[in-house]
Amino acid sequence: MNRSAIDLWVGIFVTIGLGAILFLGLKVGNLLTLDRTPGYRLDASFDNIGGLKARAPVKAAGVVVGRVESIRLDTKTYEAVVTLRINQDVAFSKDTIASINTSGLLGEVYVGLDAGGDTAVLMNGDRIAKTQSAVVIEKLIGQFLFDKASEGAKK
Amino acid sequence: MSAELATGVFSWLRRLGATVTGAIGKLGYATRFMIAVLLLTHHAFRRLHLTLREIYFAGVLSLVIILMSGLFVGMVLSLQGYEVLNRYGAGEQLGIMVALSLVRELGPVVAGLLFASRAGSAITAEIGLMKTTEQLAAMEMMAVDPVARVVAPRFWGGVISMPLLAALFSAMGIFGAYIVGVRLIGIDAGAFWGQMQAGVSFWPDVTNGIVKSLVFGFAVSLISVFEGYDAKPTAEGVSSATTRTVVISSLAILALDFVMTAFMFRGVGV
Repeated sequence: MNRSAIDLWVGIFVTIGLGAILFLGLKVGNLLTLDRTPGYRLDASFDNIGGLKARAPVKAAGVVVGRVESIRLDTKTYEAVVTLRINQDVAFSKDTIASINTSGLLGEVYVGLDAGGDTAVLMNGDRIAKTQSAVVIEKLIGQFLFDKASEGAKK
Repeated sequence: MSAELATGVFSWLRRLGATVTGAIGKLGYATRFMIAVLLLTHHAFRRLHLTLREIYFAGVLSLVIILMSGLFVGMVLSLQGYEVLNRYGAGEQLGIMVALSLVRELGPVVAGLLFASRAGSAITAEIGLMKTTEQLAAMEMMAVDPVARVVAPRFWGGVISMPLLAALFSAMGIFGAYIVGVRLIGIDAGAFWGQMQAGVSFWPDVTNGIVKSLVFGFAVSLISVFEGYDAKPTAEGVSSATTRTVVISSLAILALDFVMTAFMFRGVGV
């Protein structure tokens, strides 16, 4: 095996090796598609975000229109402030309702946006006024049991 | 009787002491050897063609076994994973399961084990045989440092090859999972890739996998060149050194993997 053939093979090896790392980063790890589409930011405050995590999808009528960029706690109101990054080509009216939903019983948690009828649209940095918190199943069960118990007491 | 017992105990203690000091001495020798190799790094890159040759032998010639193993590991993960996930109606999550297990664990670890048995043993045998046939001594006679000329290129060739092989293993495994999951079982291709992209992040999942494979490459290459250099200059010595390389490298990979996983994925939503 002479030197130029070895050089060629090593060159091919390194190229496909780096190609594999690039594949893991771009196709598997989704490094590029995160910020490829230009978008604008909206804030929404929730009493309880349940299991929502950063980078969760934002959906309108089931279509992904953006991602959750960051989640932080407002220390004055003790509400969770969720920053959403919405694709540039989608506009939402001022009276849009943001809610936190779960797809299926065990599925992923996402933010759902239901557009209203207002003609004015939300701009970059605006805050969504109407929000609906995550449904925490433990609380629902607790409430159900409590109701049952009070029914029993009345009888 | 009691005198015999005392001699027996003493000889047993002496053997234990010899084993312990021997092990500590070898550890110290290996550490000094590592420092010597690292200090002579510039030789490996000044005479780049020597290192390229070693990348060819350690990396390019390992490609077939790495790619084939990756493909089959991915395919079998896909079959087994789908079987379990489908019980919970979560068959679409197959992509993320396969990708995370390959990128975080199986890619670096299995590629490292294969690399140790395919390339590490060859490096040990080569250096050991060079020592047995007194080629290393001849180099020293000609004022050529065998560590700079023989060991450093092999070490760095292994360190460079390993992360690339691990990445190829993971990529091939994901491709195999795609073939079985999407083409054979019939999971929706969009869901397969979409779930994968939503669940795997470049930082820290992919980068930690790369860091792991770099550490494994460093450990396996060091063990291989050290065992070769330290081998007894006999046919038997070379054969036992080759065996030791594979055994110690495999144990080192598994132990290092546990330690690194414990540190890396602390507090990642697992």
